[in-house]
Amino acid sequence: MKIRQIQELLDAEIVCGDDHLDREVYSACGSDMMSDVLAYVKDQAVLLTGLVNTQVVRTAEMMDMVCIVFVRSKVPTQEMLDLAKENDMVLLKTKKRMYEACGKLYAGGLVGNKTAK
Amino acid sequence: MSEAVVTLHFSVDGEDFTSAGQASVQVKKSLRQLGISPEIIRKVSIAMYEGEINMVIHAGGGEADVLIYEDHIEIRLDDHGPGIANIEMAMQEGWSTAPDNIRSLGFGAGMGLPNMKRYTDEMKINSVLGEGTHIVMKVNL
Repeated sequence: MKIRQIQELLDAEIVCGDDHLDREVYSACGSDMMSDVLAYVKDQAVLLTGLVNTQVVRTAEMMDMVCIVFVRSKVPTQEMLDLAKENDMVLLKTKKRMYEACGKLYAGGLVGNKTAK
Repeated sequence: MSEAVVTLHFSVDGEDFTSAGQASVQVKKSLRQLGISPEIIRKVSIAMYEGEINMVIHAGGGEADVLIYEDHIEIRLDDHGPGIANIEMAMQEGWSTAPDNIRSLGFGAGMGLPNMKRYTDEMKINSVLGEGTHIVMKVNL
Protein backbone atom coordinates (compact mmCIF):
# COMPACT_ATOMS: atom_id res chain seq x y z
CA MET A 1 0.00 0.00 0.00
CA LYS A 2 1.27 3.48 -0.78
CA ILE A 3 1.56 6.06 2.01
CA ARG A 4 -0.87 8.19 0.00
CA GLN A 5 -3.54 5.50 0.44
CA ILE A 6 -2.89 5.39 4.19
CA GLN A 7 -3.44 9.13 4.33
CA GLU A 8 -6.72 8.79 2.42
CA LEU A 9 -8.03 5.80 4.40
CA LEU A 10 -7.35 7.55 7.70
CA ASP A 11 -8.42 10.97 6.49
CA ALA A 12 -5.06 12.07 7.85
CA GLU A 13 -3.22 15.35 7.72
CA ILE A 14 0.36 15.34 6.40
CA VAL A 15 2.65 16.80 9.04
CA CYS A 16 5.81 16.35 7.00
CA GLY A 17 7.27 14.31 4.17
CA ASP A 18 4.80 15.07 1.36
CA ASP A 19 7.57 14.23 -1.16
CA HIS A 20 7.45 10.59 -0.11
CA LEU A 21 3.74 9.80 -0.37
CA ASP A 22 4.27 7.35 -3.21
CA ARG A 23 6.51 5.06 -1.18
CA GLU A 24 5.22 1.55 -0.59
CA VAL A 25 4.68 0.09 2.86
CA TYR A 26 4.26 -3.64 3.40
CA SER A 27 3.30 -3.93 7.04
CA ALA A 28 2.14 -1.95 10.04
CA CYS A 29 2.52 -1.93 13.78
CA GLY A 30 0.18 -0.21 16.24
CA SER A 31 1.60 0.37 19.72
CA ASP A 32 2.39 2.90 22.41
CA MET A 33 5.14 0.65 23.80
CA MET A 34 8.30 1.26 21.82
CA SER A 35 10.03 -1.88 23.08
CA ASP A 36 7.18 -3.93 21.65
CA VAL A 37 7.71 -2.20 18.33
CA LEU A 38 11.43 -2.96 18.54
CA ALA A 39 10.72 -6.64 19.17
CA TYR A 40 9.32 -7.30 15.73
CA VAL A 41 11.26 -6.26 12.67
CA LYS A 42 9.13 -5.82 9.60
CA ASP A 43 10.07 -4.54 6.22
CA GLN A 44 9.14 -1.02 5.20
CA ALA A 45 6.57 -0.62 7.90
CA VAL A 46 4.32 2.12 9.17
CA LEU A 47 4.01 2.81 12.90
CA LEU A 48 0.67 3.86 14.39
CA THR A 49 0.95 5.37 17.86
CA GLY A 50 -0.65 7.71 20.35
CA LEU A 51 2.68 8.40 22.01
CA VAL A 52 4.44 11.71 21.42
CA ASN A 53 8.13 12.02 22.25
CA THR A 54 11.39 11.98 20.32
CA GLN A 55 12.00 8.30 21.10
CA VAL A 56 9.03 7.42 18.88
CA VAL A 57 10.88 8.80 15.85
CA ARG A 58 14.18 7.24 17.02
CA THR A 59 12.48 3.86 17.36
CA ALA A 60 11.08 4.17 13.84
CA GLU A 61 14.52 5.23 12.62
CA MET A 62 16.16 2.16 14.17
CA MET A 63 13.55 -0.04 12.50
CA ASP A 64 13.95 1.67 9.10
CA MET A 65 10.26 2.58 9.20
CA VAL A 66 9.08 4.97 6.54
CA CYS A 67 5.95 6.50 8.06
CA ILE A 68 4.48 7.28 11.49
CA VAL A 69 0.77 7.92 12.01
CA PHE A 70 -0.21 9.75 15.18
CA VAL A 71 -3.70 8.75 16.26
CA ARG A 72 -6.22 10.76 18.31
CA SER A 73 -4.93 14.01 16.77
CA LYS A 74 -1.68 13.87 18.70
CA VAL A 75 0.70 16.58 17.51
CA PRO A 76 4.41 15.77 17.15
CA THR A 77 6.92 18.30 18.52
CA GLN A 78 9.28 20.38 16.36
CA GLU A 79 12.19 18.20 17.48
CA MET A 80 10.34 15.10 16.25
CA LEU A 81 9.62 16.83 12.96
CA ASP A 82 13.28 17.68 12.48
CA LEU A 83 14.32 14.10 13.24
CA ALA A 84 11.72 12.73 10.84
CA LYS A 85 12.80 15.07 8.05
CA GLU A 86 16.43 14.07 8.55
CA ASN A 87 15.39 10.48 7.96
CA ASP A 88 13.01 11.08 5.03
CA MET A 89 10.07 9.86 7.08
CA VAL A 90 6.45 10.78 6.53
CA LEU A 91 4.52 11.93 9.60
CA LEU A 92 0.74 11.83 9.48
CA LYS A 93 -1.90 12.67 12.07
CA THR A 94 -5.44 11.42 12.18
CA LYS A 95 -8.46 12.08 14.39
CA LYS A 96 -9.21 8.37 14.44
CA ARG A 97 -8.44 6.26 17.49
CA MET A 98 -5.86 3.49 17.39
CA TYR A 99 -8.38 0.64 17.03
CA GLU A 100 -10.23 2.22 14.17
CA ALA A 101 -7.07 3.41 12.39
CA CYS A 102 -5.51 -0.06 12.50
CA GLY A 103 -8.80 -1.62 11.42
CA LYS A 104 -9.13 0.69 8.42
CA LEU A 105 -5.62 -0.12 7.20
CA TYR A 106 -6.06 -3.85 7.72
CA ALA A 107 -9.41 -3.85 5.94
CA GLY A 108 -7.81 -1.73 3.21
CA GLY A 109 -5.35 -4.53 2.47
CA LEU A 110 -2.32 -3.74 4.63
CA VAL A 111 -2.09 -7.14 6.28
CA GLY A 112 1.60 -7.99 5.76
CA ASN A 113 3.27 -9.25 8.87
CA LYS A 114 6.59 -10.44 7.59
CA THR A 115 9.23 -10.87 10.30
CA ALA A 116 12.72 -10.53 8.94
CA LYS A 117 14.80 -11.94 11.77
CA MET B 1 41.70 -12.98 17.72
CA SER B 2 42.33 -10.44 14.97
CA GLU B 3 42.24 -6.75 15.81
CA ALA B 4 39.14 -4.65 15.32
CA VAL B 5 39.07 -2.88 11.97
CA VAL B 6 37.06 0.06 13.27
CA THR B 7 36.31 1.08 16.85
CA LEU B 8 33.72 3.60 17.97
CA HIS B 9 33.38 5.03 21.46
CA PHE B 10 30.44 6.90 22.99
CA SER B 11 29.52 8.41 26.35
CA VAL B 12 25.85 7.94 27.09
CA ASP B 13 24.34 10.89 28.96
CA GLY B 14 22.22 9.61 31.81
CA GLU B 15 20.43 12.88 32.49
CA ASP B 16 18.55 13.31 29.27
CA PHE B 17 16.00 10.77 28.07
CA THR B 18 15.25 12.89 24.99
CA SER B 19 18.75 12.49 23.61
CA ALA B 20 18.98 8.76 24.41
CA GLY B 21 19.66 6.86 21.23
CA GLN B 22 22.12 9.35 19.75
CA ALA B 23 25.01 6.88 19.98
CA SER B 24 22.93 4.26 18.18
CA VAL B 25 22.11 6.76 15.44
CA GLN B 26 25.84 7.42 14.99
CA VAL B 27 26.60 3.69 14.89
CA LYS B 28 23.92 3.22 12.28
CA LYS B 29 25.45 5.94 10.11
CA SER B 30 28.99 4.58 10.50
CA LEU B 31 27.95 1.03 9.61
CA ARG B 32 26.10 2.32 6.56
CA GLN B 33 29.26 4.13 5.41
CA LEU B 34 31.20 0.89 5.81
CA GLY B 35 28.79 -0.84 3.44
CA ILE B 36 27.41 -3.31 6.03
CA SER B 37 24.10 -4.94 5.00
CA PRO B 38 20.86 -3.26 6.16
CA GLU B 39 19.74 -6.35 8.07
CA ILE B 40 22.95 -6.43 10.14
CA ILE B 41 22.80 -2.67 10.68
CA ARG B 42 19.27 -3.01 12.00
CA LYS B 43 20.24 -5.79 14.43
CA VAL B 44 23.22 -3.87 15.78
CA SER B 45 21.43 -0.55 16.08
CA ILE B 46 18.32 -1.96 17.79
CA ALA B 47 20.43 -3.95 20.30
CA MET B 48 22.54 -0.89 21.00
CA TYR B 49 19.51 1.42 21.23
CA GLU B 50 17.83 -0.81 23.83
CA GLY B 51 21.13 -0.91 25.73
CA GLU B 52 21.45 2.83 25.61
CA ILE B 53 17.88 3.33 26.82
CA ASN B 54 18.57 0.88 29.68
CA MET B 55 21.66 2.81 30.73
CA VAL B 56 19.67 6.06 30.80
CA ILE B 57 16.69 4.58 32.67
CA HIS B 58 18.55 2.47 35.22
CA ALA B 59 22.16 3.51 35.52
CA GLY B 60 22.49 7.27 35.01
CA GLY B 61 24.33 6.74 31.74
CA GLY B 62 27.53 4.93 30.88
CA GLU B 63 29.99 4.09 28.15
CA ALA B 64 29.38 2.30 24.88
CA ASP B 65 31.96 0.84 22.52
CA VAL B 66 31.38 -0.72 19.14
CA LEU B 67 34.18 -2.80 17.65
CA ILE B 68 33.95 -3.92 14.07
CA TYR B 69 35.97 -7.01 13.17
CA GLU B 70 36.36 -8.86 9.87
CA ASP B 71 33.67 -11.41 10.76
CA HIS B 72 31.60 -9.86 13.55
CA ILE B 73 30.57 -6.68 15.35
CA GLU B 74 30.96 -6.40 19.10
CA ILE B 75 28.97 -3.98 21.26
CA ARG B 76 30.26 -3.28 24.78
CA LEU B 77 28.11 -1.42 27.29
CA ASP B 78 29.50 -0.42 30.67
CA ASP B 79 27.73 1.44 33.44
CA HIS B 80 28.22 2.18 37.12
CA GLY B 81 24.56 1.85 38.02
CA PRO B 82 22.93 -0.24 40.74
CA GLY B 83 23.49 -3.56 38.95
CA ILE B 84 20.92 -6.25 38.12
CA ALA B 85 19.81 -8.30 41.14
CA ASN B 86 18.45 -11.24 39.18
CA ILE B 87 19.69 -11.54 35.61
CA GLU B 88 17.51 -14.59 34.90
CA MET B 89 14.38 -12.64 35.83
CA ALA B 90 15.56 -9.54 33.93
CA MET B 91 15.93 -11.64 30.77
CA GLN B 92 12.24 -12.61 30.88
CA GLU B 93 9.97 -10.66 28.57
CA GLY B 94 7.68 -8.38 30.52
CA TRP B 95 9.78 -8.23 33.70
CA SER B 96 10.89 -4.70 34.53
CA THR B 97 11.90 -2.46 37.41
CA ALA B 98 11.45 0.74 35.39
CA PRO B 99 9.44 3.52 37.11
CA ASP B 100 6.02 4.60 35.83
CA ASN B 101 7.29 7.84 34.28
CA ILE B 102 9.48 5.77 31.95
CA ARG B 103 6.52 3.55 31.02
CA SER B 104 4.54 6.61 30.04
CA LEU B 105 7.36 7.41 27.59
CA GLY B 106 6.93 4.07 25.85
CA PHE B 107 9.69 2.08 27.50
CA GLY B 108 10.06 -0.08 30.60
CA ALA B 109 7.89 -2.90 29.22
CA GLY B 110 10.49 -5.47 30.17
CA MET B 111 11.54 -6.04 26.58
CA GLY B 112 14.93 -4.31 26.57
CA LEU B 113 17.28 -7.15 27.54
CA PRO B 114 15.21 -9.82 25.68
CA ASN B 115 15.33 -7.63 22.56
CA MET B 116 19.10 -7.26 22.89
CA LYS B 117 19.40 -11.04 23.04
CA ARG B 118 16.93 -11.49 20.16
CA TYR B 119 18.95 -9.36 17.75
CA THR B 120 22.44 -10.55 18.62
CA ASP B 121 24.22 -13.88 18.12
CA GLU B 122 25.88 -13.81 21.52
CA MET B 123 25.22 -11.84 24.68
CA LYS B 124 27.01 -11.88 28.03
CA ILE B 125 25.93 -9.93 31.11
CA ASN B 126 28.20 -9.33 34.03
CA SER B 127 26.56 -7.39 36.82
CA VAL B 128 27.61 -6.62 40.38
CA LEU B 129 25.09 -5.05 42.77
CA GLY B 130 26.15 -1.55 43.73
CA GLU B 131 28.96 -1.50 41.17
CA GLY B 132 27.49 -1.70 37.71
CA THR B 133 26.67 -3.77 34.68
CA HIS B 134 28.84 -4.82 31.75
CA ILE B 135 27.27 -6.26 28.65
CA VAL B 136 29.02 -7.68 25.61
CA MET B 137 26.98 -8.52 22.50
CA LYS B 138 28.17 -9.97 19.22
CA VAL B 139 26.55 -9.92 15.82
CA ASN B 140 28.11 -12.16 13.19
CA LEU B 141 28.74 -10.69 9.76
